[in-house]
Amino acid sequence: MKIHQLSLFLENRPGQMAPPCKLLAGAGINIRTLTLADTERFGILRMIVSDWQRSRSLLEDAGYLVNVTEVVAVEVADSPGGLGELLEVFEDTEINIEYMYAFTFGPLGRAALIFRFDQPDAAIDRLRAAGLNVLEDVEVYHRIAV
Amino acid sequence: MELESAFHPASTPDYLPPVRMRELQLDRLRAVVRRAYGNVPLFRERLDARGLGPEDIRSLGDLRRLPFTTKADLRDTYPFGLFASPIEEVVRLHASSGTTGKPIVVAYTAQDLEVWTSVMVRALAACGLTHGDIVQNAYGYGLFTGGLGAHYGVESLGATVIPVSGGNTDRQIMVMKDFRVTAICCTPSYFIHLLERAGELGVNVRELPLRVGIFGAEPWTESMRRHIEIEGGIQAFDIYGLSEIIGPGVAVECSYHSGLHIFEDHFYPEIVDPETGGVLPDGEEGELVLTTLSKQAMPMIRYRTRDITSLAPEPCPCGRTVRRIGRIGRRSDDMMIVRGINVFPSQIEAALLAVEGTLPHYQIILTRQKGLDAIEVQVEITPELFSDKVGAMESLHGRLSYALEQTLGLRVDVTLAAARSIRRSEGKAQRVIDRRNLGEGRHENPSTVALPRK
Repeated sequence: MKIHQLSLFLENRPGQMAPPCKLLAGAGINIRTLTLADTERFGILRMIVSDWQRSRSLLEDAGYLVNVTEVVAVEVADSPGGLGELLEVFEDTEINIEYMYAFTFGPLGRAALIFRFDQPDAAIDRLRAAGLNVLEDVEVYHRIAV
Repeated sequence: MELESAFHPASTPDYLPPVRMRELQLDRLRAVVRRAYGNVPLFRERLDARGLGPEDIRSLGDLRRLPFTTKADLRDTYPFGLFASPIEEVVRLHASSGTTGKPIVVAYTAQDLEVWTSVMVRALAACGLTHGDIVQNAYGYGLFTGGLGAHYGVESLGATVIPVSGGNTDRQIMVMKDFRVTAICCTPSYFIHLLERAGELGVNVRELPLRVGIFGAEPWTESMRRHIEIEGGIQAFDIYGLSEIIGPGVAVECSYHSGLHIFEDHFYPEIVDPETGGVLPDGEEGELVLTTLSKQAMPMIRYRTRDITSLAPEPCPCGRTVRRIGRIGRRSDDMMIVRGINVFPSQIEAALLAVEGTLPHYQIILTRQKGLDAIEVQVEITPELFSDKVGAMESLHGRLSYALEQTLGLRVDVTLAAARSIRRSEGKAQRVIDRRNLGEGRHENPSTVALPRK
């Protein structure tokens, strides 16, 4: 249903991004996708990783402040209009997209969209009703990763 | 030196023989203790609790038997609790920042204002000013005592005052140049800022008629003085005062710049051990404690200034017999003076606490940018404060900035810092890093500055 995204607070100065990424790599954890939201003052690194519980403990033990957010991953065709069609699902609703990012995967030209909704459960109902594939954690890491 | 010849009749008490001065001080001390005992409930209760009365003051030495007055007393009795005059006799109120966001209120009768003006005249005369001088008063006018205190002093001296107040640097430079200003009153850091801006505008202050600067309301160093005197082509004087006692005009340098003459016929100085409160002999360094000998509306008996200095009883080559205090370099509490405004870490804590209900780890960094003090507050993000949404974090930043600026009355640069990024020190947290003496090193001497320990 919903998948777990880890967010890290980073200060906006050089050299802040590499250490947490190296830490996870060293533990054999794969970062499926990430996005960096940056402002003049700070950055927020958001990641979907292969083992979020272990990643969180590793990062927290290293002194990072980790925020766990439930986000929704949706599979769409990696072709023109894929996103537009999906967004039509939310027309005339009060569901708000706080932010989103995307990545492509696999040999078949598929894409996954990661959404942070203000009402995730209502959003999932809508997506399912429209016949869209809402991904489970495990699918994002394993099925997609091959 | 031509400045030494400046003499004003108001300065006569500066030259009283010490024996006469002590007699005058004792008479006034007895009167002010009687007044405070009769009119200020807090003071009366404290004396009663010690079994003391005004009649127990028989010598100046008996002063040390009396209890101290602190800034907390002013706060606890906010706003008018320490007044010794009915409001019908109070003609002016001023206020300065306190430790919790509430200001400290000070009051003056008509006679208090006359005393204040007279000590300011003596201060300006000691700096070599006389009628014919054109004085740019760039202290802030308003609740702050600096502006009006200097203003009436200049007028009473017979010099010309320009009440330009603080800020608007380009206009200050225009006034200085076009009005042929010969003396300026402001904070030393603001004058350095003026010098730099003047340079940018192509104005060489050294070539202007300006010859004297009277600087106060914040601590400054000898290296700043050298910079100011060389770059400005002026003689720079240190003036000391605090609202609780009267405002500017408590003590001032003469042209020998060897300590500040304290106008001790009105403000009786003691130096005490900040820990034990015991009185220290002249020459030893400790906390300055002041007793107002002639204040009516708000007498202060043994007020703890928290300023660390020493008293020099030796005669000064200028001929003044009133004692001198050393330049104030540090304080016995954690108060910071930023652009002339008193700032306590506790104010910052209160503002941070008010925003989210929890107190994050924080650090205060003071710097001097283009001659102006800047205050940065680094706030460590806590799990409660951290959100994955940029908007939420920006909004947090905005709320923190607003709360701090409202509390301190200063522009504050808030930085959100990563968890555990601010170094923990063993024991007492190092809340304040003061880099003001390190910035812009060309007019500072880094060897005299204590660096934060790594």
